[in-house]
Parts: sequence; C-alpha cells; structure tokens
Amino acid sequence: MAAELHVELVAADRSVWSGTASLVIARTTSGDIGVMPGHQPLLGVLESGPVTIRTSDGGTVLAAVHGGFISFADDKLSLLAEVAELSDEIDVKRAERALERAKAEADAAAERRADVRLRAVAGVH
Amino acid sequence: MGAQLRVYKRRIKSVSATKKITKAMEMIAASRVVKAQRRVAASTPYAGELTRAVTAVATGSNTRHPLTTETDNPARAAVLLITSDRGLAGGYSSNVIKAAEQLTQRLTAQGKEVDTYIVGRKGVAYYGFRERKIAESWTGFTDNPTYADAKKIAGPLIEAVLQQTAEGGVDELHIVYTEFVSMLTQSPVDSRLLPLSLEDTAEESAKKGEILPLFDFEPSAEDVLDALLPRYVESRIYNALLQAAASKHAATRRAMKSATDNAEELIKSLTRLANAARQADITQEISEIVGGASALADASAGSD
Repeated sequence: MAAELHVELVAADRSVWSGTASLVIARTTSGDIGVMPGHQPLLGVLESGPVTIRTSDGGTVLAAVHGGFISFADDKLSLLAEVAELSDEIDVKRAERALERAKAEADAAAERRADVRLRAVAGVH
Repeated sequence: MGAQLRVYKRRIKSVSATKKITKAMEMIAASRVVKAQRRVAASTPYAGELTRAVTAVATGSNTRHPLTTETDNPARAAVLLITSDRGLAGGYSSNVIKAAEQLTQRLTAQGKEVDTYIVGRKGVAYYGFRERKIAESWTGFTDNPTYADAKKIAGPLIEAVLQQTAEGGVDELHIVYTEFVSMLTQSPVDSRLLPLSLEDTAEESAKKGEILPLFDFEPSAEDVLDALLPRYVESRIYNALLQAAASKHAATRRAMKSATDNAEELIKSLTRLANAARQADITQEISEIVGGASALADASAGSD
C-alpha cells in the first residue's frame, strides 16, 4: 500500500475535514504547492485560494480557504484557516451575489473571496 | 378570612412567581453552558495546531520578532479584561474584576503603566463608575462570541504591542478571564499573552517527548512568524472569550439554582405561617361561638 497523508483541515471554530489523502494542493503566498507523502517538513503561509485534496480512495475534496497556514511533518498535514468551506457547503447563489456586490463596491478582497468560493465549486484550480 | 392569612397568601403567590422565573433562567443557562462547552471543544483543534506551529517556528529558527522579544525594562502593559454584558451570575463579574485589579496592582508595583482594555458591559460599568481610564472596550457579544469578535479585539491590541512604547505602544499584553474548569468550578485567571515566552512553549512540547522536525519555511521563517503570531493571539483571545462565556452561563445557572432553592424554602415557611394563622382564626371563631352560646345559656337560665 502506498504511503498516505493524514490530513486535517481546521477552521477557527470547527474541524472542517479530516482523513487520508495521497496528494494535497494548496496556494501559498509564493505559489501553488503540492504535498505528497514523504514530503520534507513544511510550514507555509496560505493565500486565499482553493485547496484540492486527492483522497486515498480516489475521490477529490475541494475547499475554499481564506488565509491560514499549511504545516506538514511526519506524513501529517494540517491546514489551518480562519475560514474554510468545503465545495459542497458553499452556497453558489450567495457567492455570486457577493461577487457582484464586491465588484460594484470595488472591494478587491471581498471579490477575491467570492471568486475563490465559486472556483472551488466549479472545480477549477 | 383573616387579614393576616390574606397577607401570607399574597406573599406566597409573589414568591411562587419569582421561583418560576428563576427556574426558567436556570434551565436556559444550563442548556447554554452545554452549547458553549461544545464551542470551546470545537475551537480546540485550531488552537492546538496553531500552538504547535508557533512552537515549531520558534524552536526551528533563530528569528527575532517584536511579538516574541522581551524589552529590557518594560514601561507599559496592556490588560485585557473579559467580563460579561449581563449580571444575575453571582460573583462571576466581580471575581474576574478583582483578579484584574490584583494584576494591575502587581504591574504597577513593578513600575509599569497599565492600559486597560475591557470586554463586557459589567467591566465597563465598574471602571466607568470609578472614573478610571479605559483604553478601549467592546460590548454586545459576550454571551455568544464569534471568531470575528476575537479578531476585532486582537487588532488594536496587536497594533499597540507593535508600536514603540514612547509613541503610546505597550510592551506586554496580559489577559484576565474566567477559566471554565468544570460545571461547578470556574476560576478567574490571568496570563501573559505577549511577549510570547517561547521557552515555555518549547519546554511544554519537550515534556511531551515530541521532537519537532526541521521545517522548510514557505516563503521564509520571518514571514511565517509574521503571519502566525497575530493569528495565535486571535485564537488565544477567541478561546478566552469562549471559556468566559461558558463560565458566565455556568455561574448564572448556579446563581439561579440557589435563587430557586431559596424561593422554595421561603414558600415552605410562609405556608407554615399561613396554616398557623388559619388555624388561629378557626380557634378564635370556635371560642367566640362557644362563648356566645354559653352566655346565651346563662342568660336564659337566669330568666327562668
């Protein structure tokens, strides 16, 4: 059996997802990073962006993460986020409305947040 | 019905009404404690992982950061006091305020100026009444704090710590809140949040026998620490707010329980008094009737 990553995706007020995975892709401030089992211990700052988790049973979990950290050691990966939402938890209509409103108000941060949400739902990394 | 009896009946009725209210408040508080406890538990994974990460950066690199560096002679300290918005919780607010007073005295004795930041109307009222200076205060969310509230509080505090002391910044940040130990015990605690004593956190993890690996930092150790420490402070404040909320509900529950018990006791003794008064009325009526009858009998015997 191939080595596995144990992944914990936690938000400030709850644990969002946990399980085993073969690959995790997240966006750090210096670019996208992919972590597979046996990766060097890593601690990075995350940007607002989508996180893709390829679970060990072949599925894919997508989440929108807004700021936070990725830390990896001993095949244990933790994604800490102030706000994190799984793609199936995201209300598309609400995110679209938020995107329009952010565009109207020229609020770049809010626009980015809404955009990340929508992209996580669409599955576009 | 005798006047005395009527008075007792009225008092029993009013005490019963009070008892109903306190009983309801007790039950509401009990359900809220459970909810608050669940939220404390839900926030634990994040806090735990964050602490681990901070320890890892601190031990794995020789970075100096304003939030971890102790100044040689600290001249000013900030105290964040977490009280509640509402009373009816026994000694909850006054206990935590007392702890803050002690801490303030201790800091003043060490020659530090103290800036007080307050959460909750009770603390604001206490300081306002004594016309003490409050650096900043937040109210309106103590029963049900969210992470956004913690962020709102942490912002100005971190700013104050990063500022130079001469320009009104602070060197230390202390937090005073009520720790939720169990349903029956809540104790006010004070702890120093900043500067973070890295030795302590490192020692703690060493005690657990955990060897921290050499991390690769992305983008760099300084940047990671820069981003990590404010989050760490926020998460600590969030945790304190949640514990304070749970403690407040537990204190309310206990205060309301003893109020209900007292009301029950009062009703019992008033019922006894009312019964005695009724019995006295009856006895008096009987003796009046007997007295009247025998007087009539005497009168009719004399006329024969």
